[in-house]
This record gives sequence, structure tokens and C-alpha cells, in this order.
Amino acid sequence: MKLSRVSRGVLASATGVVLFLVYVPLMVVLVNSFSTSQSLSWPPPGFTLEWWAKAFQSQGALEAVGTSVQVGIIATAVALILGTAISFALQRFEFFGRDAVSLLVILPIALPGIITGIALNNFFRTILGVPLSIWTVVIAHATFCVVTVFNNVIARLRRMGTSLEEASADLGAGVWTTFRLITFPQLRSALFAGGLLAFALSFDEIIVTTFTAGVGVTTLPIFILDNMFRPAQAPIVSVIAVVMILVSIVPIWVAQRLAGNEKVVR
Amino acid sequence: MTSDITSRRDAAAVPPIRDTAARRGSTFLTAHPRARLWLLLSAPLTWLVVVYIVALVALLITAFWKVDSFTGEIQIDWTLDNIVTVVTGSLYHVVTLRTLGVALAVTIIDIALALPIAFYMAKVASPRLQRILVIAVLMPLWASYLVKVYAWRSVLSGEGILQWVLNPFGIEGPGYGITATIITLSYLWLPYVILPIYAGLERVPDSLIEASSDLGAKSWSSIRLIVFPMILPAIIAGSIFSFCLSLGDYITVNIVGGASQMLGNLVYTNVGTANNLPLAAAVALIPIVIIFGYLFTVRRTGALDNL
Repeated sequence: MKLSRVSRGVLASATGVVLFLVYVPLMVVLVNSFSTSQSLSWPPPGFTLEWWAKAFQSQGALEAVGTSVQVGIIATAVALILGTAISFALQRFEFFGRDAVSLLVILPIALPGIITGIALNNFFRTILGVPLSIWTVVIAHATFCVVTVFNNVIARLRRMGTSLEEASADLGAGVWTTFRLITFPQLRSALFAGGLLAFALSFDEIIVTTFTAGVGVTTLPIFILDNMFRPAQAPIVSVIAVVMILVSIVPIWVAQRLAGNEKVVR
Repeated sequence: MTSDITSRRDAAAVPPIRDTAARRGSTFLTAHPRARLWLLLSAPLTWLVVVYIVALVALLITAFWKVDSFTGEIQIDWTLDNIVTVVTGSLYHVVTLRTLGVALAVTIIDIALALPIAFYMAKVASPRLQRILVIAVLMPLWASYLVKVYAWRSVLSGEGILQWVLNPFGIEGPGYGITATIITLSYLWLPYVILPIYAGLERVPDSLIEASSDLGAKSWSSIRLIVFPMILPAIIAGSIFSFCLSLGDYITVNIVGGASQMLGNLVYTNVGTANNLPLAAAVALIPIVIIFGYLFTVRRTGALDNL
């Protein structure tokens, strides 16, 4: 679009300022993780590697990472199966109550986490009489992760069409063979993207987790929240935060690689 | 070489159809699309209805029960007391208005920040810069929610970087409180608002804007009369994220909000310390009603397709 040099400059600097403000807090956390001060004071009075060493020896932190990964993987697996099935049903069939089903998929993520949290807490403990454990967390996470898989898979199904599958059926392949050799390879990258998002969502979730985790089940967000207000532990939280920011570059890179195949059209 | 070709031709020959269980199932499914549909729907529907809808409905029903003041157990005793308490109690009025105010402020701030940056990304930046900016905007989205709130806790702390920057000017920073909550929530949801608006702007063809300027419109008129009406659904889609996510939040308020409470905190304390699930469920009805009202109002703009 043709814009005067002044308005281009204004837009560019607005973008620059916003991005600067977005990254300053993350930088502060990075610097604080090396600070000798335990009270988040700025500028740091001195620098030390003590917290980094302590964080990597912290049994609690390492166990919390393990728990989060475990919950994330199982919840993602469940969400992949349920989300794919429901995308096929909604995309390939016309039936009564179709809109209600698509609302049902979105609802667990659209309503505030605390409502989902207390509803599930009440459901597990009072209605089912099941003690909270790691499995109640997995069930809760899988429920709201379905939507990320659903969004990715249904978008792919819309673009795919059915002609290749029909050709496969015409050539004598059964339902399973067609799925394995024709449908699945076309869906693979959408499943990967949806699964990645589902895992990230589960890994980061704190509110529903608080209400569904049994005694002793500490996911990484719960560990962070528990330790954030303890002066002796606060710098370790900074270290974990920095590591999480660094690790988050991996999914971004993968997502960009996946999206890179699609051309940018203006 | 020749033998290789013949063997491959043999392999490519269509094998005779064997009568296996899988084959029979496949034939049945091909002939019965309804059976196919039920096979696909049964597992996810059972899961979502049993785990989610039953739990949600049970919670909402609990709002009409009460807690025995001696034993602390829930009694199945139908009453409107909780609803009446929530509707008439001044505490709930104040907190509901505060929560609405915070959610609106966050939404307005985010749209104001997102519009120029999304416009620059979609319509001004070169394709290369565009790709870099998309990554730069997406990156904080992947950083953990708690990490970002914690970051603002460090920035806004009494000895933090913000106070350090403001000190030479003799200005007092906002500290922890309602302002800190608005700043932090705006920060958290900004990428969720930028992305739909950016996607909406990408769909506005450049030719339309050029046509407008060929017909003599100044850039500002083109933006106001051509671009803005086209991206309005995308802006509303972004507002759904910032508004709904702010409405239910209580962790950010706990970490940077000082003593001020939002609806989420009331629900939390009623479940936790007060052990009064019926009242908590009644309070939870407030954000549910507001969110459904908001979604219903914006539904006709087509915003829900832009999510």
C-alpha cells in the first residue's frame, strides 16, 4: 500500500516499540536468573551462576518436568484420536446436531479455566468418588486439548477433498487401506501441528491442573507457582523460566518449517 | 534388468480379495455411511459428554443446593439463596464491575496496540521482514503463562526495572494492584489479538486499496472506509480472546494484583478456604452468562469464523 514516508515511519516505530515492550520482561527474567539478589531488585547487585547450578540439581524441579511431560504425552495421544475422529464426523457428514457438536468441542477451552477446574474436581470427587491422581489431570487435559487437534485436522480435511480417497476405493482398496495409504499421509503434518499445540497447551496449563491434581502430583506450572513466593526459591524459578523460553524456540521453529511450505500470497 | 521388471509387474498385479474380518468390516462400512458416522462420533462424544457436560451441568445444579453450616457437607436442598446472594450482594456487584472493567480495558489496550503492528506486518513490511515479525509475535505465545506473569512481577516490583527507569523522573511506579493486573493481562493476550487481525488484513486485497486511492481517497480515508469494515470481524475475533480470557483469570491477580480481587478469585476462595461449592458455582454463573451474552452479540458479525 502507498503510504507517506512519515506514516510508514510512525507504523514502523510503533511496531518496534511494542515488540521492545514484549521482550523487555523476558530479558529481565534472563538477567535475574544470574543476579545475586533474591528479591528481584534492579539493577542486579552482582552476578552468579549459583541458581543455575541449583536448578539443575533441584529434585523437585526435575520431577515436575517429568510429570508434565508424561501428562502432556498421554493427553496429546488421547486428544489426537478423539480430535481426528470428530473432525471426520463433522467434515464428511451432515447430521442433526452438527453445530451443537462443534460447540461442544470448543466449550472446554472457551469457558474460564476455573469453571472447568471446579466442575471436574466436583465430578471426580463427589459424583464418581474417584481420588484425584495423575490420571484425573490427564483426563482433564485431554478434554480441552481436543480442540487444537480438531482445528488443525478439520482445516486440512476441508482443503483435501475426497477425490483421492474415492479413487483409492474405486481401485479396490478397503476403508482401512485407504486410510493408511491415502488419508493419513495427507493428514500427517496437520496431526503433528495439532499434537504440538495440544502438548504445549497441556504443558503450560495451571488452573484446571490445580483442581484436578492429586496430592503429590506436581506438574511444572504447579511447581513454579508453589515456589514463586518463596524467597530462597525465587531465583530458581527465574532459571526454569529462561529454560522454558529457550525450549519454546523448538516448536516455533518446527511450526515455521511446516508453514514454510505454504506460499505467502497477498 | 528384464527379470526385475517382470517381478515388479507381478507384485503390482491386483491380489485376489481375501475374505477377512477387516475386509468384511470395510465392506459393511462402505455400504453404511451412518455406521461410519457413529463409529467416528461415539468415542469423542461419549468422552466430551460424560467428562465435560455432565460435570458442568452437575456444577450448575450445585448452585441451587446449600452447604450445611455445621458439617460443611453439601445438602441436596433446593434453594435460590446462592443466586440471590450473588445477585444482591454488594461485594459481587463491585467485583463483577471491576472484572468487567479490567476485561474491557485489556481488550481496548490490546486492540489499540495490535492494529498498527498488524497493519505494518500485513501491508507495509517486506515479505522477509514479515516472516521475522510473525515469529517475533508468536514467540512469547509459546513462553509459559506463569513465566510471563512472573516476568511482570519482577518488572513491577518495588525494586524492579520499571521503578528504576521512573526514579530519575521522580514518578512512583504502579506497584502491584489493579493497574499491574491490566498491564500483565494485556501483555499475556496481545499475541492472541494481533494474530486474527493480521490474518484479517492479509485477506484484504491490495488492489482494493489501490482502487480506492486511484479514485482519489487519501490513505486515511481508504483505511477508514475500505480496510476497517473488512477487518472488523477479525478485530472482534481478537477481542473474544482478550475479553473471555481476562474474565476468568485469577492467577495473574494473585501474583501481581495485590489485594484487589476478580470474579475468579471469589470462585477460588469459595471452593478452597470457604469450602462452599454451591456459592462458588453461583458466582461462576456470572462469567458464564457474560461470555455467552458476548458471544451471542458478536455472532452475527461473523467473528466466530475468524477465530
